[in-house]
Amino acid sequence: MTSQQYSNMIGDVFGSDIQIGTPIPPRARAADGLLSTAASSVGIPGGQLMQLQRAATSIANQVMDDGDIEKELPAHRAYLVPCKPQADNAPDDACAEKFIRSTGRLLFRRSLDDAQVAEWVGKAHEGADHLKDFYAGLASVLEGMLIDPMVLMVVDTTEPDPDRPGQRRLDAYSLASRLSLFLWNSVPNDAVLQAAESGEIQTPAGRERVVEMMLASPRVENGIRAFFDDMLAYDNFDSLAKDGKVYSRESAAVLKDAREQTLRTVYDHLIVRNRDYRDLFTTRDTFMSPALASVYNVPAVPGWAPYSFPEDSPRMGILNQVSFLALHSHPGRSSPTLRGKALRETLLCQIVPPPPPNVDFSAVEDPDSNLRTARERLTAHRANPVCAGCHKITDPIGLAMENFDGAGQYRANEGGAPIDASGNLDGKEFTDPQGLAQALHDHPGVPACLVKRMYGYGVGGLTTAADKPQLTYLNEQFEASGYRVPDLLRAIALSPAFGNVVEPAAAPTPAIKTAGLTASGSAAQ
Amino acid sequence: MTDFNRRRVLRGMFNGTAVAVSLPLLNCFLNDNGTALASGAPIPQRFGTWSWGLGMSKSIFVPKKTGPGFDLPEEIAMFAPIRDKMNLYTNYNAFRDAAPNLCHTTGWVILRSGTAPLNGGSKPGETIDVTVAKKIGTTTRFPSITVTATGDPRDTQSYESATSVNNAEGSPLALYSSLFGADYQDPNAKNFTPSPKILVRKSVLSTVSEDAKKLMSQVGAEDKARIDQYFTNLRELENQLDRQSQKPEPREACVKPKLPPELATGVDYQLVARRHRLFTDLLVMAVACDQTRVFNATYSKSFSSTTKPGYEKPHHTASHEEPIDPKLGYQPMVSWFLRRGFEEWVYFVEAFSKVKEGDGTLLDNMLIYASTDQSFAKIHSIEGLPMFSAGRAGGKIKTGLHLDGGGTPGTRLGYTMMKTLGVDIKSWGTQSNDTSKEIGEILV
Repeated sequence: MTSQQYSNMIGDVFGSDIQIGTPIPPRARAADGLLSTAASSVGIPGGQLMQLQRAATSIANQVMDDGDIEKELPAHRAYLVPCKPQADNAPDDACAEKFIRSTGRLLFRRSLDDAQVAEWVGKAHEGADHLKDFYAGLASVLEGMLIDPMVLMVVDTTEPDPDRPGQRRLDAYSLASRLSLFLWNSVPNDAVLQAAESGEIQTPAGRERVVEMMLASPRVENGIRAFFDDMLAYDNFDSLAKDGKVYSRESAAVLKDAREQTLRTVYDHLIVRNRDYRDLFTTRDTFMSPALASVYNVPAVPGWAPYSFPEDSPRMGILNQVSFLALHSHPGRSSPTLRGKALRETLLCQIVPPPPPNVDFSAVEDPDSNLRTARERLTAHRANPVCAGCHKITDPIGLAMENFDGAGQYRANEGGAPIDASGNLDGKEFTDPQGLAQALHDHPGVPACLVKRMYGYGVGGLTTAADKPQLTYLNEQFEASGYRVPDLLRAIALSPAFGNVVEPAAAPTPAIKTAGLTASGSAAQ
Repeated sequence: MTDFNRRRVLRGMFNGTAVAVSLPLLNCFLNDNGTALASGAPIPQRFGTWSWGLGMSKSIFVPKKTGPGFDLPEEIAMFAPIRDKMNLYTNYNAFRDAAPNLCHTTGWVILRSGTAPLNGGSKPGETIDVTVAKKIGTTTRFPSITVTATGDPRDTQSYESATSVNNAEGSPLALYSSLFGADYQDPNAKNFTPSPKILVRKSVLSTVSEDAKKLMSQVGAEDKARIDQYFTNLRELENQLDRQSQKPEPREACVKPKLPPELATGVDYQLVARRHRLFTDLLVMAVACDQTRVFNATYSKSFSSTTKPGYEKPHHTASHEEPIDPKLGYQPMVSWFLRRGFEEWVYFVEAFSKVKEGDGTLLDNMLIYASTDQSFAKIHSIEGLPMFSAGRAGGKIKTGLHLDGGGTPGTRLGYTMMKTLGVDIKSWGTQSNDTSKEIGEILV
């Protein structure tokens, strides 16, 4: 499970005031540029299991705590344990069973069978007996559940598919988990689990009802934010810092708000207003916080407030927001190359090769010359034919964002020379950042890339040639819907590929994923 | 303590009764010749790694003289106070054979695992710290600890396999709570009161372990390996609980450190140094208090992104873009960044050497292995790599030497260290990095 999924699970099951810490560290990206895909093939190293165990202890203690009236802390046990034991200092199997059944079902994402319940109730009894404390006994059981492999790993179990004789599909519980992780980035709630228990989720009409219910839930905000945070590589914000001497207005608060600004814009634009995905790159509507207002040079109001940039502003679309501009820059200067590379890789699903090992980059910093702007420096660098190949595909886009410095602040000049922000994107010429935004909006690769990423994210694996018919179908659907993301989410969640297992396996074995979701192609292998 | 007694003690504490055990006075901890703890157990061996990014500026780094009393050129002039506690290794090679030169990756992966990686995602073998921890890290609370002064958990050079990377701790405060938080047992405490929760926890783990077994029987081969790994780590967790229920050996030098402050994110050199020093001080006590015997510390990652306020480029960018100053013969800013790192190496080594243990210092009973990713970063060269070691491994290793490897495999140092620490291997590394030749000059 990814770090975010783990905290969403704890938040959804026990409430958002439970402190979690960071028991699951960030991972390296998979070849498709998504963290969630990488998570599907990692193991749990020893050190990490210990961290998870410590987190489990802390979470269990909080869930069972008695509150503190002086510090105005609520007694979590009063509402998270669904009954009161006969005595606080002794076992109470009936009450323990109630808690274990209800909480265990949410954490394990399926109903525990009677033998499992009896096993855990026995442990709660033993613990309460020895520690002379009912809640301490229950806390030790919860601690164990939180590091149980069936909780930490997403287990896909398959069953014969009645509609495709000889083929297999995910069983109802696995399908429920997978849909929840896709749409909510969290575990199924009671209603989704009920649809799995009754088998309703396996019927076309039932699955449709469940998906509609999930799309209508406020939890979809977590889901959509998680997807874009992953796709836009925003985890890099966790270690991002700017040089305070060069950018005096930049601070950790600004960078945090910059990430939040774009995620708010994305959620509002795509889900709340249900607008065209491509317009995300040209919209002037966003949200502003006081910390960001100083970087954007606009009036500040307290808290987060909707804000629209005026028509003549160079700020247009999420590409010209501080998040993208600052994330893909050096601590003390902008980088047309990094920005061009990020645009191609994250938004167009293209791959920019790394530089060859033995390049001399000294031309970029030639102290004897008069290279004042990034354009001049990079032009010198491109004189080397080895470098020219890749820089030709990154720089003409990145240079169009040079009106924004490494912190994302607007500037008209660099080193006293006016900035020339002209460029072209795959043949489409423009003269300023707004032109680039429009070119990106019109680029056919933009929606296709979203479809590819979102589909891969949903099925939890790298897309392969076998997925091509699916992708073609989804691209057509996406276009027909006017590029509406809720429709794309629905189409993916209801597509046969989401629950079917491409069959190479002989035995009905479940596949394990430590995180997120499982590729339909790899389940049952 | 006999088994019978131990069972009784455990039952006692399980019922919530504290078991008080009186301890000998501090000056009685060691035997007369200072080589063993009062219990008769020998002073343990410890192994640590340290890594820095982007190599060296050869012309002002490599001493003219080899052997003892070597000269300290400009870039490593700060080594003076630790010169005789460390060894400097230059002119050792990492061989990629038919594998590509993966910039900033190939070099460190070879020095840590003995094998050249085939692509960005490949992580051959397991790293040396993992191998050593299996040998000497099985009796402490933490088999190993990994930290990074960059603050980013991904900046680690320790892994069990390609899919099982030991992420680094980036926050000194978080490391403090893991090490010295609620579960910490002071080895020198007068009264030993094991938490009555330990046995309850162990009992619950047996249920968890049953679930893992059940799962294992159901999955295919590839997943089996992952469950198997989980299972092994669960065992380790159980062992850890066992160890917590036993009275720890007293440790002369152990003093619970102060709570470190919360630091901002970022990699400007002052912040990195501050983080590095907080981590170092915690690691010193983690070792002195016998919470771990194996650790990894990263000063700067292989693509070192350390910055200097007011200078627009991070270290890595500077290494490529800054021209070589024709008068000086090196890249001045790049060397400036490297020197900040070497100052931290000095702090690191001195910190362990300031703690008394037996008739020497903590450092005397340790081996620290320091490596980097490139020799000349500007062109991503992995020929003529520099390495350091520090500590005498309980008197088995000589220090104060500069060794010229003459182009032989850099894996020889890792091999020598593993042999010294009792890892039973005939050779280490693959293809051209395969070696069975120790660096004999450093062996006592």
